[in-house]
Amino acid sequence: MTAERLGFPQPWLSVALFIVWQFLADGVTGASVVMGLILAIVIPLITRQFWPDSPHMKKPWVLARYLVVVLYDIVVASVTVTILILSPRQPRSAFVSYPLKLEHPLGITILASTISLTPGTVSADVSDDGTLLLIHALDVDDDAELIRSIHQRYEKPLLEMFQ
Amino acid sequence: MENLPFVAELVISFLLVSGGFFSLVGALGLTRLPDFYARLHGPTKATTLGVGSVVIASMVYFTLKTGEVAIAEVLITLFLFLTAPVSANILAKAAMHQQVDCMKGTRGQPWSQ
Repeated sequence: MTAERLGFPQPWLSVALFIVWQFLADGVTGASVVMGLILAIVIPLITRQFWPDSPHMKKPWVLARYLVVVLYDIVVASVTVTILILSPRQPRSAFVSYPLKLEHPLGITILASTISLTPGTVSADVSDDGTLLLIHALDVDDDAELIRSIHQRYEKPLLEMFQ
Repeated sequence: MENLPFVAELVISFLLVSGGFFSLVGALGLTRLPDFYARLHGPTKATTLGVGSVVIASMVYFTLKTGEVAIAEVLITLFLFLTAPVSANILAKAAMHQQVDCMKGTRGQPWSQ
């Protein structure tokens, strides 16, 4: 791996950091390029031990479709939660244990974050062996239906990307 | 915004008003929902759609006003989406650790690891 020998343990993280720094610096200038390069080298080296196995995605284009699905769900489910908050009835909350098929740590992180971002569900915990995800749902009738829809909408594309 | 086209003003106003509305509902949720875990949903949701609308409105306004694509707002959204789930997760874990009571009729049990 040439990239590894040059001091880039995670080339994609370095690229992302460099681009984000150019955005933050409000325009590409000589100074921002130099600073961006320094950050792109130093930050992956410092955070190296936080990544036990370096993340890799198999099909990056699946991510684009995934983001569209998630954004659409955020809008739809926000309206549902808004109606629930404004209506006088009590919500039917539930703790749901979601059986994870994903094994990749980064994949589980993305799934848990997605569940928290979409309104009506918050991921509360991952079991120590990484096979169960505890979800608090604000208002559900059918736990099995919730598990099925999360698997269908979010976990399947993530499985494609990470496994 | 006198030099913006009418349609742009309409879109920006709509986004700002709906952003404010969703943030307000998120705050209402904090007072109305019965237990800690349910209240956790209010603020995390208000940020996603409420702040999202305001950020898009800001992007449209500054892009039209200055003629350059406004990038900083994309970063705000990115950092927001990265941090909101983490704080919700930590709050939920802390609540389970302290064994905060659930409302009546909650199905399932929080874990204690």
